[in-house]
Amino acid sequence: MSALAGIRVIELAREPIAFAGKLLADMGADVILVEPPGGDPCRRYPPFLDDQPGDDRSLYWWHYHTSKRGIVLDLDSEAGRRDFRRLAASADVLLEAEAPGRLRELGLDYANLVEVRPDLIHVAVTPFGRNDPKSQLPATDLTVLAGGGPVWSCGYDDHSLPPVRGLGNQGYNTGCHYAVLSILTALLHRLSGGRGQFVDVSLHAAANVTTEAASYAWLVKGDTVQRQTGRHAAVQLTGETQVRCADGRYANTGVPPRTPKEFGAMLGWVRELGLEDEFPEAVFLEMGANWEGPFDLSLLGRDDTVTAIFSAGRDALKLIAGRIPAYDFFIGCQRVGLPAGIIYSPEEAFEDEHFKARGFQVDVHHDDLGRSFRYPGAPYRLPASPWRISRRAPRLGEHTEEVLNSLAD
Amino acid sequence: MHGALSKYRICDFTGQLAGAGATKWLAALGAEVIRIEDPVRQGRWDILRGIEPFVDERRGIDLGGGFNNHNTEKYGITLNLRTDKAKEILRELIAKSDAVTENFAAGVLASWGFDYEAMKAIRPDIVYVSNCGFGHTGPYHRFKTWGPIVQAISGITFTSALPGQPPAGWGYSYMDHTGGYYMAMAIMLALIHRERTGEGQWVDLACTEAGLTLNGPALLDWTVNGRPWRQDVQPSSNRSQWPPMAPHGIYPCAGDDEWLAIACRSDADWQSLGALAGQDWCRDPAWAQMTNRLADQDRLDERIAEWTREHDKFELARALLDTGVPAAAVQKPGERVDHDPSTSGFGLWPTATHTQMGRVRVDGLPVHFSETDWHIERGGPCLGEHTEEVLTRVLGMTGDEVAALREEGVI
Repeated sequence: MSALAGIRVIELAREPIAFAGKLLADMGADVILVEPPGGDPCRRYPPFLDDQPGDDRSLYWWHYHTSKRGIVLDLDSEAGRRDFRRLAASADVLLEAEAPGRLRELGLDYANLVEVRPDLIHVAVTPFGRNDPKSQLPATDLTVLAGGGPVWSCGYDDHSLPPVRGLGNQGYNTGCHYAVLSILTALLHRLSGGRGQFVDVSLHAAANVTTEAASYAWLVKGDTVQRQTGRHAAVQLTGETQVRCADGRYANTGVPPRTPKEFGAMLGWVRELGLEDEFPEAVFLEMGANWEGPFDLSLLGRDDTVTAIFSAGRDALKLIAGRIPAYDFFIGCQRVGLPAGIIYSPEEAFEDEHFKARGFQVDVHHDDLGRSFRYPGAPYRLPASPWRISRRAPRLGEHTEEVLNSLAD
Repeated sequence: MHGALSKYRICDFTGQLAGAGATKWLAALGAEVIRIEDPVRQGRWDILRGIEPFVDERRGIDLGGGFNNHNTEKYGITLNLRTDKAKEILRELIAKSDAVTENFAAGVLASWGFDYEAMKAIRPDIVYVSNCGFGHTGPYHRFKTWGPIVQAISGITFTSALPGQPPAGWGYSYMDHTGGYYMAMAIMLALIHRERTGEGQWVDLACTEAGLTLNGPALLDWTVNGRPWRQDVQPSSNRSQWPPMAPHGIYPCAGDDEWLAIACRSDADWQSLGALAGQDWCRDPAWAQMTNRLADQDRLDERIAEWTREHDKFELARALLDTGVPAAAVQKPGERVDHDPSTSGFGLWPTATHTQMGRVRVDGLPVHFSETDWHIERGGPCLGEHTEEVLTRVLGMTGDEVAALREEGVI
């Protein structure tokens, strides 16, 4: 049985919360996506099937709305609101990202809905929280990540280049992760005999507490981190960890050698590649390999020999990375226990043998097109209550009749 | 105090951020999270225990600021699992716990004799959640990772870049935070399943897979249309692909390293921006349509930057927002923590009291529950701070028994 089988979630279609609905739906919740007449604008986002725009061809829509049923309700009409109240009476969770005040004006806010569903869990996701006037102002994923902290930490050593926002709606995703955590928590509370409740999720706050040391270096000490190319923003600038490999792809050199065994492995690798003659520092690798007992890391920067050994370890990694393809570098490092990684593009990662072997690629049948397509799979594996894409994203109003006919008057 | 998760006890081996971040959520919502650490190595497996930032000149295994941030409201005990007595204590603790959580490299817990089957024999409905980079099966299951490696492997680093530049990646362990979120979800999903069926399970969480799910549209563009994200000229991740928006980017403002994000979603947004900026290029009829602006983004971005450079980032963000255009100053840590009413007003930086560090502000949770809100008052535990309390209260030992265990090097 799916973990959330039988839990009904109403999702009022809005871009920032689509992923939260997917996470619940793929775990078996009965997610009913409510769209306005004409449909949610995200239905018309690219990329499109065969690059041809059209109804039900948006891959963006396909991804974010798997395993959901879709209905159309006009909440601006009394009939639509009546149907919504009937639907709410059957629901465990309402997930929405409306502008603060809108549901109250419609008579469909938490205070109204608990009259028809006393144990309802109502989760509202807004840019700055339900009670913050700034939530009335427009926001996008970019502005959430810029104002919320992540962007300050991302970019390049060269600060004449703008800081960078990463791809993939990660500001929305982070808010969605917190929305799902909130819903699961509220469900557990209810399963323990507790009541339903209202949960206020702020996208801005979610970004703010997803910045690692940028926040706590300030909170603890009043220090400000500075962005660096391909590695952690830091108060004290650090050495490069991103290397362009022989095939033009990049790798992250990870944690450099720290034990005699690791220095020995690096030395062996340098020799195997015939690089010893052009790498005079190999002598320090050898000293590292023959070191008695563990290294006292506090001597780094104070003891010349220890410092030279560690520096040779980092230099050897960079030298090797530049001479072999990124994938070979990744595998070679991992075989000797060094956590390095290839910097894959998403499709390269998706096609990697590891993820294929784990069954990460899943087929989803599109009955309307008579074809199946490969989708990204489970973020976690719960064998007793598995993740599963139970159906393709809904066409506009596909389940309106089915859902409304099933409701009590 | 009574919290949403107060009935649950977690036997917690997590550390760093990818694991500790997960149980931080549970503890703030009332779960009794008992961290188990190694007294011999002073809990150093969690490197954050003893590293900066520090509140003052003191240094030590109990004084890491990051550790305190990620471990609020948890209990900390020490068990030397090289000894049989410590293993027996762990068995007793598992028997009284709802979940066992860890983010070691694959196989570490099993090597101590505590694989899922062994734990299930102790408590049949135990929930076990393991979190590692590549999961417990597949060709790379022995490989090691930390946040930046997970991000590199899963495509998250590559897709954060400007054209003509190497990947910028994420300047922090985004996937440690996010891996922690998925771990907390997995724990609660498994607890919900147990509440409804009585059945426990082992959840195998691979952080790289969680990361791969975060670029769904790019992956479908690959599987459906065969379009790779790796292209001769990398798209700028500061621009908006889905949906297309222009201008959409991060622009310089007056001052040193000051920046402003602007997103024009529509032609109407562009008109509003133009009315505010009042520049000649705003009236260029060719740029009135989104399609034309999209085709000419390099030139467009140059003009916008010339304009924004003359302005204060906060003032211009406010002016744009007031005219209906999404905009935000790129905030530095001090600006968003100490001068932003939208974080302080949300109660986002609670002060926790740490036994040695004293009162320190930490990351709160970005949500509020009307009935069972989160609660963060106690700082992260010092090494073994609650050993005696937990062994007596949870396992019913006497103070003398605990003293003897300490004498024998078991705790």
